[in-house]
Amino acid sequence: MDGRGPGGVGGVPPTDIRNPDYFHKVVDCQWACPAHTPVPEYIRLIAAGRYSDAYMVNWKSNVFPGILGRTCDRPCEPACRRGRVEDEPVAICRLKRVAADNKDDIRHRLPAIPAVKNGKRVALVGAGPAALTVARDLMPLGYHCTVFDRDQRAGGMIRSQIPRFRLPEEVIDEEVGYITGMGVELRLGQEVRSLQAILDEGFDAVFVGTGAPRGKDLDLPGRREAAANIHVGIDWLSSVSFGHVERIGRRVIVLGGGNTAMDCCRSARRLGGDEVKVVVRSGYDEMKASPWEKEDATHEGIPILNFMVPKEFLHEGGRLTGMLFERVRAEYDERGRRSLVPTGEPDERIDCDDVLVAVGQENAFPWIERETGVEFDRWGLPKLDPVTFQATNPRVFFGGDSAFGPKNIIWAVAHGHEAAISIDRFCRGEDVAERPPPGVETSSQKMGIHEWSYDNDISADLRFRVPWAEPEKTLRSISVEVELGFDARTAFAEAQRCLNCDVQTVFTAQLCIECDACADICPVDCITFTANGPEAELRGRLNAPSVNLTQALYLSEDLKTGRVMVKDEDVCLHCGLCAERCPTGAWDMQKFLLEMTHAGHACRSH
Amino acid sequence: MTYLAKPRFHHPKLPTNALGYTRRDYEGAVSTLCAGCGHDSISAAIIQACFELDLPPHRIAKLSGIGCSSKTPTYFLGASHGFNSVHGRMPSVLTGANLANRDLVYLGVSGDGDSASIGLGQFAHSIRRAVNMLYIVENNGVYGLTKGQFSATADKGSLSKRGVANHDEPIDLASMALLLGASFVARSFSGDKEQLVPLIKAALRHKGAAFIDCISPCVAFNNHPGSTKSFDFVREHNDAVNRLDVMVERAPIETEYAPGELVEVTQHDGTVLRLRKLDATYDPRDRGAAMAYLQQQSAKGEVVTGLLFVDPEAADLHDALSTVATPLNALDDAALVPGAKALDKLNASLR
Repeated sequence: MDGRGPGGVGGVPPTDIRNPDYFHKVVDCQWACPAHTPVPEYIRLIAAGRYSDAYMVNWKSNVFPGILGRTCDRPCEPACRRGRVEDEPVAICRLKRVAADNKDDIRHRLPAIPAVKNGKRVALVGAGPAALTVARDLMPLGYHCTVFDRDQRAGGMIRSQIPRFRLPEEVIDEEVGYITGMGVELRLGQEVRSLQAILDEGFDAVFVGTGAPRGKDLDLPGRREAAANIHVGIDWLSSVSFGHVERIGRRVIVLGGGNTAMDCCRSARRLGGDEVKVVVRSGYDEMKASPWEKEDATHEGIPILNFMVPKEFLHEGGRLTGMLFERVRAEYDERGRRSLVPTGEPDERIDCDDVLVAVGQENAFPWIERETGVEFDRWGLPKLDPVTFQATNPRVFFGGDSAFGPKNIIWAVAHGHEAAISIDRFCRGEDVAERPPPGVETSSQKMGIHEWSYDNDISADLRFRVPWAEPEKTLRSISVEVELGFDARTAFAEAQRCLNCDVQTVFTAQLCIECDACADICPVDCITFTANGPEAELRGRLNAPSVNLTQALYLSEDLKTGRVMVKDEDVCLHCGLCAERCPTGAWDMQKFLLEMTHAGHACRSH
Repeated sequence: MTYLAKPRFHHPKLPTNALGYTRRDYEGAVSTLCAGCGHDSISAAIIQACFELDLPPHRIAKLSGIGCSSKTPTYFLGASHGFNSVHGRMPSVLTGANLANRDLVYLGVSGDGDSASIGLGQFAHSIRRAVNMLYIVENNGVYGLTKGQFSATADKGSLSKRGVANHDEPIDLASMALLLGASFVARSFSGDKEQLVPLIKAALRHKGAAFIDCISPCVAFNNHPGSTKSFDFVREHNDAVNRLDVMVERAPIETEYAPGELVEVTQHDGTVLRLRKLDATYDPRDRGAAMAYLQQQSAKGEVVTGLLFVDPEAADLHDALSTVATPLNALDDAALVPGAKALDKLNASLR
């Protein structure tokens, strides 16, 4: 110690591990997941071959495990601790698919639907993931739910926008069917043209989950003249999904750098587009598409051309012949803002037969009348309470893309769960703003001196790749699934890469004799015994560089010598060696299972 | 102990030394000692010291006898030479190895049983011969492998785990080392790496017999109230005389010290030992005073730690024997077999 004395000057207070957020944040994947799915919990079940159990953990939390296991934007993976320890995160998303693909019939495990209803009626506008989640939460509580959608079949964008070669129809039918099978009243094939009319039907609450249904267009010279061969991306994908479009020209340009653009180019490749090119304004690295979706497109021989701004649609005799692009480069001002500056090179002409415009999506609410009391902000989005999703008309709730603009399925599910809580409380006359805390369970994993009820032997394997069907087969059909999914052995090996971050290192200061055994054995040097001090200064004195400020320090109360135990959570392997080496049991490995509270008894006031 | 091997993953920003190794590269097999054993902390301190000194692992020889402490060389420096010898006989084997190859860094690891009982004679003679080595005793005051009987270093009056008082006088190995002429003597505590690591570094760079008596609580048999080798007792009675910084080259003094507060000692190989005095009257260059101070404080029940004595200009066994600079094991036939003429000359000189 260096004269600071016990506790240090301006030292960090001891960590309050009773606050569920503390350990929840340590489970990076679960914290990053909008629906807070207990990821390590289901990964262990997959490793144990308990696919149905793993599926149900998922189903409870994210409602569409089979769908998400193929299509999720996976915010969990960039957050995964494994990605900070070695090169790549655990393939969480594709493990989820393993549970879905290999489970037994789980229908008997779905919640029972009461025969006697509670007398409350809820209208759900849109049959996408947000509205279906609301139905999934409210049906078991005895609500009568009515779903409206313009399409003939439920599923929303899951069905209309995601190509079949990424997501087979049976998977959609199955998981959407679990919810519609609860006895939801379906009014499909009819577009809702008036919110007032719905409100007039006397529903106790209305949930709007209509997504972001309008694809942005590009108003450039030649747009009108060549209209027959210029298609708005999401509309075209929807036509493909429903079988209205089966062919496209040989040479196709896809404009845009998001995931929709990736779906468009890969679909076009399968419908006769031998020469498909993606053209983006920005640089390749700044594209909005997920890295793996870009890789998938590249893998199918689709070039992605960057720093090219579309300038003109070229046409001859009413037929599209190509496009003109201006070459640009990125320049950054001192505040880091980017502008695209023309390079001065001659414009580039690319010949083509069809263009797919996938440059963004917008919300559209022409059907919501002012008189309903639902107000919108200046970006055309509804004014909502950010937690309860309640609109300025208290009977109306929003969720999914229609709430805060385009996001993705997992966000829609998370919104759906929250909106269901709001609707339940609203229908029962309770304060909507009061939210239920999550359910938290901690249990020691110690079974003997060296026995833990989780596998703490850290696998050194690198991330396994999901096998693909042969390109000769997949590129010839719009509906042959490209990814084959992990087989059981690979799934086990990949599951073993999970570090079990939910098995927490729990420290009891009163038991510690400061023998240093834990600090000595820790493979990643995350434990230090030292004098307390202000956090920034304290981080500079730890046994290993503590530079990831997004990760917490776990501090004990003062120990006998006046020092504190400081654990940097950043790259902890959760191997439990600290607890195995601890002679007094001051360290324990405790499983921290956090489950979000969904609508129902647990979140009611009475 | 654990059944698992320590995962090979290390902190992604773990520093490397001048040789490009991380501290993890100086580790050995995973320890099979009891969880919380002080010896494991000493192993960690040795690893840290060798890492910080940029020692090439293959130029270190670690030798030990028998006992819990003598098992530890398996748990550090996995890429170094090792010799697990007979009980109490490590000093002889080390002396022999040192004579055969003077170029290696010698690290003798022993315990209180190995050095203060069965090997007391061996300990004494290796020190008085000034073998160039670091001799470290991991001193817990009990025979851990045979379930906790008092060892020869247990203090008179201290209690065993079952409450029985020890009636024999203790052997203080640090005092003995001073008496026997060790040119570097220190005492430390496994629970204080800030003190221990610099002492090990200084001792490894010392020429001559360097001895460290390291108190190392036995969590299984000697960490109870009434023990004088427990974490609590040593922490409460730790009389540290100085704090040491070891610099391979002289660096400017950055902090200001009051006159007499700082002592600098330059060892034979140029290593600078910068000692911050915690006891203003203590001078680590005065052997006689050091011995008196140890006796005095021991009578009061205090455990004196720190660098107790250093003679920076000490000679070693090779100097005494005037051996050639080339290691004996590297001498070729021409050097070793000078021929009949040379033999005749030698014989004549002895007639």
